[in-house]
Amino acid sequence: MDAQTIIARRVAQELRPGNLVNLGIGIPTLVANFVPAGLNVFFQSENGLIGSGPIPEQGMRHPFLTDAGGRPISALPGAATFDSAMSFGLIRGGHVDITVLGGLQVDTAGHLANWMIPGKMVPGMGGAMDLVSGAKRVIIAMQHAAKGKSKIVVSCNLPLTSTRPVDLVVTDLAVIAFPGGKATLQETAPGISVAEVMAVTEAELAIPDKVPEMKF
Amino acid sequence: MKSVSVEEAVALIPNGASIMVGGFMGVGTPERLLDELVRQRKSGLSLISNDAAVPAKGVGKLFDAAQVSRMIGTHIGLNPKAQQQMLSMQTDIDLIPQGTFAERIRAGGCGLGGVLTPTGVGTTVEEGKQRIDVNGKSYLLETALRADFALIHAFLADYLGNLAYALTARNFNPVMAMAADTVIVTADNIVPVGVIAPDHVVTPGPLVDYLVANG
Repeated sequence: MDAQTIIARRVAQELRPGNLVNLGIGIPTLVANFVPAGLNVFFQSENGLIGSGPIPEQGMRHPFLTDAGGRPISALPGAATFDSAMSFGLIRGGHVDITVLGGLQVDTAGHLANWMIPGKMVPGMGGAMDLVSGAKRVIIAMQHAAKGKSKIVVSCNLPLTSTRPVDLVVTDLAVIAFPGGKATLQETAPGISVAEVMAVTEAELAIPDKVPEMKF
Repeated sequence: MKSVSVEEAVALIPNGASIMVGGFMGVGTPERLLDELVRQRKSGLSLISNDAAVPAKGVGKLFDAAQVSRMIGTHIGLNPKAQQQMLSMQTDIDLIPQGTFAERIRAGGCGLGGVLTPTGVGTTVEEGKQRIDVNGKSYLLETALRADFALIHAFLADYLGNLAYALTARNFNPVMAMAADTVIVTADNIVPVGVIAPDHVVTPGPLVDYLVANG
Protein backbone atom coordinates (compact mmCIF):
# COMPACT_ATOMS: atom_id res chain seq x y z
CA MET A 1 0.00 0.00 0.00
CA ASP A 2 1.44 3.42 -0.88
CA ALA A 3 1.58 6.28 1.60
CA GLN A 4 -1.50 8.11 0.30
CA THR A 5 -3.61 4.93 0.33
CA ILE A 6 -2.64 4.15 3.94
CA ILE A 7 -3.67 7.65 4.99
CA ALA A 8 -6.94 7.74 3.04
CA ARG A 9 -8.03 4.24 4.12
CA ARG A 10 -7.29 4.96 7.78
CA VAL A 11 -9.17 8.27 7.71
CA ALA A 12 -12.16 6.57 6.05
CA GLN A 13 -12.48 4.39 9.19
CA GLU A 14 -13.32 7.54 11.18
CA LEU A 15 -16.55 8.19 9.26
CA ARG A 16 -19.83 7.15 10.89
CA PRO A 17 -23.27 6.52 9.37
CA GLY A 18 -25.13 9.75 8.64
CA ASN A 19 -22.06 11.98 9.01
CA LEU A 20 -21.88 15.21 7.01
CA VAL A 21 -18.28 15.31 5.83
CA ASN A 22 -16.18 17.93 4.03
CA LEU A 23 -13.04 16.74 2.25
CA GLY A 24 -10.24 19.15 1.38
CA ILE A 25 -8.13 18.93 -1.75
CA GLY A 26 -5.22 16.49 -2.18
CA ILE A 27 -5.01 13.35 -0.02
CA PRO A 28 -8.34 14.14 1.74
CA THR A 29 -10.18 13.81 -1.60
CA LEU A 30 -9.02 10.18 -1.79
CA VAL A 31 -10.90 9.31 1.42
CA ALA A 32 -14.16 9.09 -0.56
CA ASN A 33 -12.73 6.11 -2.48
CA PHE A 34 -12.50 4.02 0.70
CA VAL A 35 -15.88 4.63 2.32
CA PRO A 36 -17.60 1.25 2.84
CA ALA A 37 -20.71 0.80 0.68
CA GLY A 38 -23.90 1.46 2.61
CA LEU A 39 -22.27 3.68 5.25
CA ASN A 40 -24.53 6.51 4.08
CA VAL A 41 -22.26 9.49 4.70
CA PHE A 42 -22.96 12.82 3.00
CA PHE A 43 -20.13 14.71 1.39
CA GLN A 44 -20.34 18.50 1.26
CA SER A 45 -18.65 20.46 -1.46
CA GLU A 46 -18.25 23.98 -0.06
CA ASN A 47 -19.16 25.61 -3.36
CA GLY A 48 -22.74 24.69 -2.55
CA LEU A 49 -23.63 20.99 -2.53
CA ILE A 50 -24.41 18.19 -0.11
CA GLY A 51 -24.37 14.78 -1.74
CA SER A 52 -21.45 15.11 -4.11
CA GLY A 53 -20.57 11.92 -5.96
CA PRO A 54 -17.78 10.61 -8.19
CA ILE A 55 -16.69 12.15 -11.49
CA PRO A 56 -19.36 11.29 -14.05
CA GLU A 57 -18.43 9.54 -17.26
CA GLN A 58 -17.67 11.54 -20.37
CA GLY A 59 -20.86 12.93 -21.90
CA MET A 60 -22.69 12.99 -18.56
CA ARG A 61 -20.82 15.95 -17.11
CA HIS A 62 -22.48 19.29 -16.46
CA PRO A 63 -20.58 22.61 -16.46
CA PHE A 64 -22.65 23.78 -13.47
CA LEU A 65 -21.89 20.76 -11.29
CA THR A 66 -18.35 20.96 -10.03
CA ASP A 67 -16.27 20.58 -6.88
CA ALA A 68 -14.49 23.45 -5.14
CA GLY A 69 -11.59 23.08 -7.56
CA GLY A 70 -13.90 23.51 -10.56
CA ARG A 71 -13.68 19.84 -11.58
CA PRO A 72 -16.82 17.98 -12.72
CA ILE A 73 -18.60 15.87 -10.12
CA SER A 74 -21.95 14.14 -9.86
CA ALA A 75 -24.77 14.54 -7.37
CA LEU A 76 -26.12 11.48 -5.56
CA PRO A 77 -29.83 10.81 -4.94
CA GLY A 78 -30.97 13.12 -2.12
CA ALA A 79 -28.40 15.80 -2.96
CA ALA A 80 -29.12 19.43 -2.09
CA THR A 81 -27.67 22.66 -3.47
CA PHE A 82 -27.42 26.06 -1.79
CA ASP A 83 -25.58 29.36 -1.93
CA SER A 84 -22.19 30.13 -0.37
CA ALA A 85 -23.56 31.93 2.70
CA MET A 86 -25.59 28.80 3.53
CA SER A 87 -22.63 26.56 2.73
CA PHE A 88 -20.41 28.38 5.21
CA GLY A 89 -23.26 28.63 7.68
CA LEU A 90 -23.21 24.82 7.65
CA ILE A 91 -19.45 24.84 8.15
CA ARG A 92 -19.10 27.58 10.76
CA GLY A 93 -22.34 26.66 12.52
CA GLY A 94 -21.14 23.23 13.61
CA HIS A 95 -23.36 21.28 11.20
CA VAL A 96 -20.43 19.54 9.50
CA ASP A 97 -19.51 16.45 11.54
CA ILE A 98 -16.04 15.89 10.12
CA THR A 99 -13.67 17.89 7.98
CA VAL A 100 -10.60 16.20 6.54
CA LEU A 101 -7.87 18.62 5.50
CA GLY A 102 -4.29 18.53 4.33
CA GLY A 103 -1.58 20.04 6.53
CA LEU A 104 1.81 21.69 6.29
CA GLN A 105 2.54 21.52 10.04
CA VAL A 106 0.75 20.31 13.16
CA ASP A 107 2.32 21.04 16.52
CA THR A 108 2.40 19.35 19.93
CA ALA A 109 -0.75 21.18 21.02
CA GLY A 110 -2.63 20.22 17.85
CA HIS A 111 -2.40 23.61 16.16
CA LEU A 112 -2.55 23.45 12.39
CA ALA A 113 -0.76 25.48 9.72
CA ASN A 114 -1.96 24.61 6.23
CA TRP A 115 -2.60 27.70 4.15
CA MET A 116 0.55 29.61 3.39
CA ILE A 117 4.34 29.65 3.28
CA PRO A 118 5.35 33.32 3.57
CA GLY A 119 7.23 34.53 0.50
CA LYS A 120 6.68 31.23 -1.30
CA MET A 121 3.12 30.00 -1.46
CA VAL A 122 0.31 32.54 -1.10
CA PRO A 123 -2.77 30.92 -2.60
CA GLY A 124 -5.21 32.25 0.02
CA MET A 125 -6.98 30.31 2.73
CA GLY A 126 -10.20 29.60 0.83
CA GLY A 127 -12.47 27.72 3.22
CA ALA A 128 -9.78 26.19 5.45
CA MET A 129 -10.02 28.67 8.34
CA ASP A 130 -13.81 28.39 8.57
CA LEU A 131 -13.65 24.58 8.40
CA VAL A 132 -11.15 24.32 11.25
CA SER A 133 -13.01 26.90 13.33
CA GLY A 134 -16.44 25.36 12.87
CA ALA A 135 -16.48 21.64 12.06
CA LYS A 136 -17.32 19.31 14.94
CA ARG A 137 -14.24 17.18 14.30
CA VAL A 138 -11.09 18.15 12.40
CA ILE A 139 -8.91 15.38 10.94
CA ILE A 140 -5.62 16.14 9.22
CA ALA A 141 -4.52 13.75 6.47
CA MET A 142 -0.91 14.33 5.48
CA GLN A 143 2.49 12.75 4.94
CA HIS A 144 4.45 12.44 8.17
CA ALA A 145 7.42 14.28 6.69
CA ALA A 146 8.14 16.45 3.66
CA LYS A 147 11.62 16.48 2.09
CA GLY A 148 12.94 14.64 5.16
CA LYS A 149 11.52 17.23 7.57
CA SER A 150 8.95 16.26 10.17
CA LYS A 151 5.56 17.91 9.69
CA ILE A 152 4.68 17.11 13.31
CA VAL A 153 6.55 19.94 14.99
CA VAL A 154 7.15 21.33 18.48
CA SER A 155 5.53 24.62 17.54
CA CYS A 156 4.23 25.76 14.13
CA ASN A 157 6.45 28.43 12.57
CA LEU A 158 4.09 28.83 9.60
CA PRO A 159 0.99 31.03 10.03
CA LEU A 160 -1.76 29.17 11.90
CA THR A 161 -5.04 28.23 10.25
CA SER A 162 -6.90 28.48 13.56
CA THR A 163 -6.18 28.53 17.27
CA ARG A 164 -8.65 25.65 17.63
CA PRO A 165 -6.61 22.43 17.92
CA VAL A 166 -7.28 19.59 15.50
CA ASP A 167 -8.71 16.31 16.77
CA LEU A 168 -6.74 13.70 14.87
CA VAL A 169 -3.74 13.51 12.56
CA VAL A 170 -3.37 10.54 10.22
CA THR A 171 -0.06 10.14 8.41
CA ASP A 172 1.60 7.36 6.43
CA LEU A 173 3.39 6.34 9.65
CA ALA A 174 1.07 7.09 12.54
CA VAL A 175 -2.24 8.18 14.03
CA ILE A 176 -1.86 11.01 16.56
CA ALA A 177 -4.52 12.46 18.86
CA PHE A 178 -4.33 15.30 21.39
CA PRO A 179 -5.90 14.21 24.70
CA GLY A 180 -5.37 16.93 27.31
CA GLY A 181 -3.74 19.12 24.65
CA LYS A 182 -0.73 16.80 24.23
CA ALA A 183 0.25 15.03 21.01
CA THR A 184 -0.16 11.33 21.73
CA LEU A 185 0.72 8.39 19.49
CA GLN A 186 -2.41 6.26 18.98
CA GLU A 187 -1.41 3.84 16.24
CA THR A 188 1.46 3.07 13.94
CA ALA A 189 1.26 2.11 10.26
CA PRO A 190 1.61 -1.60 9.41
CA GLY A 191 5.22 -2.70 9.89
CA ILE A 192 6.31 0.58 11.51
CA SER A 193 7.61 0.53 15.10
CA VAL A 194 7.06 3.18 17.76
CA ALA A 195 10.79 3.89 17.72
CA GLU A 196 10.71 4.47 13.97
CA VAL A 197 7.88 6.99 14.34
CA MET A 198 9.67 8.81 17.16
CA ALA A 199 12.90 8.94 15.17
CA VAL A 200 11.27 10.96 12.35
CA THR A 201 9.03 13.14 14.52
CA GLU A 202 10.28 16.53 15.67
CA ALA A 203 7.60 16.94 18.32
CA GLU A 204 7.76 14.91 21.48
CA LEU A 205 4.92 12.41 21.42
CA ALA A 206 3.30 10.91 24.49
CA ILE A 207 3.54 7.13 24.10
CA PRO A 208 0.87 5.00 25.81
CA ASP A 209 1.81 1.53 27.10
CA LYS A 210 0.16 -0.14 24.15
CA VAL A 211 0.29 1.34 20.65
CA PRO A 212 -1.58 -0.89 18.18
CA GLU A 213 -0.96 -1.01 14.44
CA MET A 214 -3.53 0.44 12.03
CA LYS A 215 -5.97 -2.29 10.98
CA PHE A 216 -7.21 -2.61 7.41
CA MET B 1 -35.71 46.17 -14.50
CA LYS B 2 -34.44 47.13 -17.93
CA SER B 3 -33.40 44.82 -20.75
CA VAL B 4 -30.09 45.85 -22.35
CA SER B 5 -27.46 44.57 -24.76
CA VAL B 6 -24.19 43.33 -23.32
CA GLU B 7 -22.43 46.38 -24.81
CA GLU B 8 -24.89 48.77 -23.15
CA ALA B 9 -24.60 46.94 -19.83
CA VAL B 10 -20.82 47.19 -19.66
CA ALA B 11 -20.82 50.79 -20.91
CA LEU B 12 -22.53 51.65 -17.60
CA ILE B 13 -19.41 50.58 -15.68
CA PRO B 14 -16.77 53.34 -15.41
CA ASN B 15 -13.03 52.71 -15.11
CA GLY B 16 -12.09 52.27 -11.47
CA ALA B 17 -15.50 50.92 -10.47
CA SER B 18 -15.89 48.28 -7.78
CA ILE B 19 -17.49 45.14 -9.16
CA MET B 20 -18.71 42.00 -7.42
CA VAL B 21 -18.62 39.05 -9.79
CA GLY B 22 -20.53 35.86 -9.01
CA GLY B 23 -18.98 32.48 -9.61
CA PHE B 24 -16.69 29.90 -8.06
CA MET B 25 -13.67 28.90 -10.13
CA GLY B 26 -15.45 30.34 -13.15
CA VAL B 27 -18.62 28.30 -12.55
CA GLY B 28 -21.69 30.55 -12.38
CA THR B 29 -19.81 33.56 -13.73
CA PRO B 30 -21.36 35.96 -16.28
CA GLU B 31 -18.79 35.20 -18.99
CA ARG B 32 -20.35 37.52 -21.58
CA LEU B 33 -20.03 40.52 -19.26
CA LEU B 34 -16.38 39.65 -18.60
CA ASP B 35 -15.63 39.29 -22.31
CA GLU B 36 -17.20 42.71 -22.86
CA LEU B 37 -15.26 44.26 -19.94
CA VAL B 38 -12.12 43.08 -21.70
CA ARG B 39 -13.31 44.33 -25.12
CA GLN B 40 -14.18 47.79 -23.73
CA ARG B 41 -10.83 47.82 -21.89
CA LYS B 42 -12.23 48.87 -18.52
CA SER B 43 -9.28 49.53 -16.24
CA GLY B 44 -8.40 49.98 -12.59
CA LEU B 45 -11.23 47.73 -11.48
CA SER B 46 -11.76 46.83 -7.83
CA LEU B 47 -12.79 43.20 -8.05
CA ILE B 48 -14.71 41.40 -5.33
CA SER B 49 -14.80 37.75 -6.29
CA ASN B 50 -14.28 34.46 -4.45
CA ASP B 51 -11.26 33.45 -6.51
CA ALA B 52 -9.25 34.43 -9.56
CA ALA B 53 -10.47 31.36 -11.54
CA VAL B 54 -7.90 30.26 -14.11
CA PRO B 55 -6.43 32.17 -17.05
CA ALA B 56 -8.93 32.61 -19.94
CA LYS B 57 -11.89 31.64 -17.76
CA GLY B 58 -14.28 33.73 -15.66
CA VAL B 59 -12.62 36.63 -13.83
CA GLY B 60 -9.28 35.13 -14.92
CA LYS B 61 -9.82 37.09 -18.16
CA LEU B 62 -9.51 40.36 -16.22
CA PHE B 63 -6.10 39.29 -14.92
CA ASP B 64 -5.01 38.22 -18.42
CA ALA B 65 -5.64 41.80 -19.55
CA ALA B 66 -4.28 43.37 -16.31
CA GLN B 67 -7.52 45.25 -15.64
CA VAL B 68 -7.67 44.66 -11.88
CA SER B 69 -5.96 47.10 -9.53
CA ARG B 70 -7.46 45.71 -6.34
CA MET B 71 -9.09 42.42 -5.39
CA ILE B 72 -10.84 41.07 -2.33
CA GLY B 73 -11.18 37.30 -2.52
CA THR B 74 -10.37 34.04 -0.78
CA HIS B 75 -8.17 32.00 -3.12
CA ILE B 76 -5.97 32.72 -6.14
CA GLY B 77 -3.95 29.48 -6.06
CA LEU B 78 -5.06 28.25 -9.48
CA ASN B 79 -4.33 31.47 -11.39
CA PRO B 80 -0.56 32.04 -11.78
CA LYS B 81 -1.17 35.43 -13.45
CA ALA B 82 -3.12 36.73 -10.45
CA GLN B 83 -0.38 35.47 -8.09
CA GLN B 84 2.28 37.12 -10.23
CA GLN B 85 0.37 40.43 -10.24
CA MET B 86 0.00 40.22 -6.46
CA LEU B 87 3.68 39.44 -5.80
CA SER B 88 4.83 42.23 -8.16
CA MET B 89 2.46 44.66 -6.33
CA GLN B 90 0.68 45.37 -9.61
CA THR B 91 -2.57 44.28 -8.00
CA ASP B 92 -3.41 44.74 -4.34
CA ILE B 93 -5.04 41.44 -3.35
CA ASP B 94 -6.68 41.00 0.04
CA LEU B 95 -7.25 37.31 0.79
CA ILE B 96 -9.79 36.55 3.48
CA PRO B 97 -11.56 33.39 4.74
CA GLN B 98 -14.33 32.25 2.41
CA GLY B 99 -17.05 32.12 5.07
CA THR B 100 -16.09 35.63 6.16
CA PHE B 101 -16.19 36.76 2.52
CA ALA B 102 -19.74 35.39 2.12
CA GLU B 103 -20.95 36.93 5.38
CA ARG B 104 -19.41 40.36 4.74
CA ILE B 105 -21.26 40.50 1.43
CA ARG B 106 -24.46 39.19 2.99
CA ALA B 107 -24.16 41.88 5.68
CA GLY B 108 -23.62 44.52 2.99
CA GLY B 109 -26.78 43.44 1.24
CA CYS B 110 -28.87 43.15 4.38
CA GLY B 111 -28.20 46.53 5.93
CA LEU B 112 -25.88 45.24 8.65
CA GLY B 113 -22.69 47.03 9.66
CA GLY B 114 -20.81 43.74 9.82
CA VAL B 115 -20.75 40.34 11.46
CA LEU B 116 -18.98 38.65 14.38
CA THR B 117 -17.15 35.47 13.37
CA PRO B 118 -14.83 33.15 15.30
CA THR B 119 -12.93 32.41 12.08
CA GLY B 120 -9.47 33.95 12.13
CA VAL B 121 -9.24 34.74 15.85
CA GLY B 122 -5.58 34.46 16.90
CA THR B 123 -4.31 34.23 13.30
CA THR B 124 -2.89 36.79 10.88
CA VAL B 125 -6.49 37.47 9.78
CA GLU B 126 -7.06 39.24 13.12
CA GLU B 127 -4.49 41.97 12.41
CA GLY B 128 -6.06 45.43 12.51
CA LYS B 129 -9.47 44.10 13.54
CA GLN B 130 -11.50 44.49 16.67
CA ARG B 131 -11.93 41.38 18.83
CA ILE B 132 -15.25 41.20 20.66
CA ASP B 133 -16.10 38.68 23.39
CA VAL B 134 -19.70 37.51 23.59
CA ASN B 135 -20.73 35.06 26.32
CA GLY B 136 -17.13 34.03 26.89
CA LYS B 137 -16.28 33.35 23.24
CA SER B 138 -14.03 35.51 21.06
CA TYR B 139 -15.10 36.84 17.68
CA LEU B 140 -13.69 39.21 15.08
CA LEU B 141 -15.72 42.17 13.91
CA GLU B 142 -15.80 41.85 10.12
CA THR B 143 -17.31 44.84 8.37
CA ALA B 144 -19.91 44.76 5.59
CA LEU B 145 -18.85 44.72 1.95
CA ARG B 146 -20.67 46.43 -0.93
CA ALA B 147 -19.82 47.30 -4.52
CA ASP B 148 -20.87 49.75 -7.23
CA PHE B 149 -21.93 46.87 -9.50
CA ALA B 150 -22.81 43.20 -9.08
CA LEU B 151 -22.36 41.05 -12.18
CA ILE B 152 -24.57 38.00 -11.75
CA HIS B 153 -25.19 34.84 -13.73
CA ALA B 154 -28.44 32.91 -13.36
CA PHE B 155 -29.80 29.77 -15.01
CA LEU B 156 -33.29 31.20 -15.44
CA ALA B 157 -34.41 34.83 -15.54
CA ASP B 158 -37.99 35.81 -16.30
CA TYR B 159 -39.09 39.03 -18.01
CA LEU B 160 -39.42 40.73 -14.60
CA GLY B 161 -35.93 39.75 -13.47
CA ASN B 162 -36.84 36.93 -11.09
CA LEU B 163 -33.84 34.59 -10.96
CA ALA B 164 -33.21 30.91 -10.34
CA TYR B 165 -29.81 29.22 -10.36
CA ALA B 166 -28.46 25.81 -11.31
CA LEU B 167 -26.56 23.39 -9.05
CA THR B 168 -23.15 24.70 -7.93
CA ALA B 169 -23.41 27.71 -10.28
CA ARG B 170 -25.44 29.43 -7.56
CA ASN B 171 -22.57 30.04 -5.11
CA PHE B 172 -22.06 33.78 -4.42
CA ASN B 173 -24.59 35.09 -6.96
CA PRO B 174 -27.59 35.43 -4.60
CA VAL B 175 -25.68 37.30 -1.86
CA MET B 176 -23.93 39.56 -4.38
CA ALA B 177 -27.26 40.43 -6.04
CA MET B 178 -28.21 42.05 -2.71
CA ALA B 179 -25.00 43.98 -2.11
CA ALA B 180 -24.40 46.37 -5.01
CA ASP B 181 -25.85 49.70 -6.12
CA THR B 182 -26.47 48.39 -9.65
CA VAL B 183 -27.17 44.74 -10.43
CA ILE B 184 -26.54 43.42 -13.95
CA VAL B 185 -27.61 39.87 -14.83
CA THR B 186 -26.95 37.39 -17.60
CA ALA B 187 -28.97 34.18 -17.76
CA ASP B 188 -28.71 30.94 -19.69
CA ASN B 189 -32.44 31.09 -20.31
CA ILE B 190 -34.76 34.10 -20.36
CA VAL B 191 -38.29 32.84 -19.85
CA PRO B 192 -41.85 34.19 -19.56
CA VAL B 193 -43.12 35.32 -16.19
CA GLY B 194 -44.59 32.34 -14.36
CA VAL B 195 -42.13 29.74 -15.64
CA ILE B 196 -40.18 30.18 -12.40
CA ALA B 197 -42.68 29.30 -9.69
CA PRO B 198 -42.78 31.78 -6.79
CA ASP B 199 -41.33 29.15 -4.43
CA HIS B 200 -38.40 28.60 -6.80
CA VAL B 201 -37.38 32.24 -7.22
CA VAL B 202 -34.07 32.71 -5.39
CA THR B 203 -33.37 36.34 -6.28
CA PRO B 204 -36.58 38.40 -6.55
CA GLY B 205 -36.94 40.58 -9.64
CA PRO B 206 -36.93 43.99 -7.93
CA LEU B 207 -33.26 43.42 -6.99
CA VAL B 208 -32.25 43.28 -10.66
CA ASP B 209 -31.54 46.56 -12.48
CA TYR B 210 -30.44 45.28 -15.90
CA LEU B 211 -31.03 41.96 -17.62
CA VAL B 212 -28.71 41.35 -20.56
CA ALA B 213 -30.65 40.13 -23.60
CA ASN B 214 -29.54 36.82 -25.04
CA GLY B 215 -28.18 36.92 -28.58
